[in-house]
Amino acid sequence: MVDATFLALSVLTIGSAIAALELRSLIYGSIALMGALAGVAGFFLLLDSPFVAMFQIAVYVGSIAVLILFTVMLVRRELIFIKVEDPKRRYAGIGLMLVLMVGLGSLIIDSGLKSVTTDEPPVDFRLIGEDFLTYYWPALVLMALILAGSVTGALVLARREDVADEQRTD
Amino acid sequence: MSNELIDFFIVSIALLGIGIYGLSVKRNAIRMLFAVEIIINAANLNLVAFARFLPHSGGQTLALFSIAIAAAEVAVGLALIIVAYRMYKNVDIAEFRSLKG
Repeated sequence: MVDATFLALSVLTIGSAIAALELRSLIYGSIALMGALAGVAGFFLLLDSPFVAMFQIAVYVGSIAVLILFTVMLVRRELIFIKVEDPKRRYAGIGLMLVLMVGLGSLIIDSGLKSVTTDEPPVDFRLIGEDFLTYYWPALVLMALILAGSVTGALVLARREDVADEQRTD
Repeated sequence: MSNELIDFFIVSIALLGIGIYGLSVKRNAIRMLFAVEIIINAANLNLVAFARFLPHSGGQTLALFSIAIAAAEVAVGLALIIVAYRMYKNVDIAEFRSLKG
């Protein structure tokens, strides 16, 4: 049986996820997305994984959501509120979502996962650090390179050559 | 722990469904990025839930990797959206007729 915290978190997370996609304004949408990501961080706390929860808050709620918010502010005002979607496509999308949820849900409920519970103590977060520095160190180095490469790539992509030239002539 | 694995699983499936709905219906590039983020979070929730119920630290480690890679993906995705916006003055993906430079 689920407890009240779990129920509140699920309502917050799923409600904010729907709001992020359906709110008219993109700015409110990105704030709702922040709520959904914070809700997932709450689930991580419920799962006794405080380290992943803190990481989620720092990376998702702290940086990604703010990045998205700034990008939304760079876009022209009327585009933030515009809503172009085909009603037919919308109903098809809702149907697809319901089919997927009911199909996967019934599959999972029928499976043996229903009886899985645990009384064992949670994993110590020090183990994660050990994992990172022993078994996963090549992946850690690779991830650092990918992050550096992607940030550099994003900067190169978003650079405005005309503005850079103006500054050079000054 | 009073919550079972399947409860977390069902929330994760709901988030996945919402994300796929967003990806298939929305035409605004930024909204599609929101949908991708929601799907990635559903996957992370599953990873951490299984890591708790096994219990094994591998799932949490993988979730941390996944969060970091998602951050990189968002940075590049937003840069692409900004470039496309500069070219077409729009964020509607149906307007992005050609992505030639």
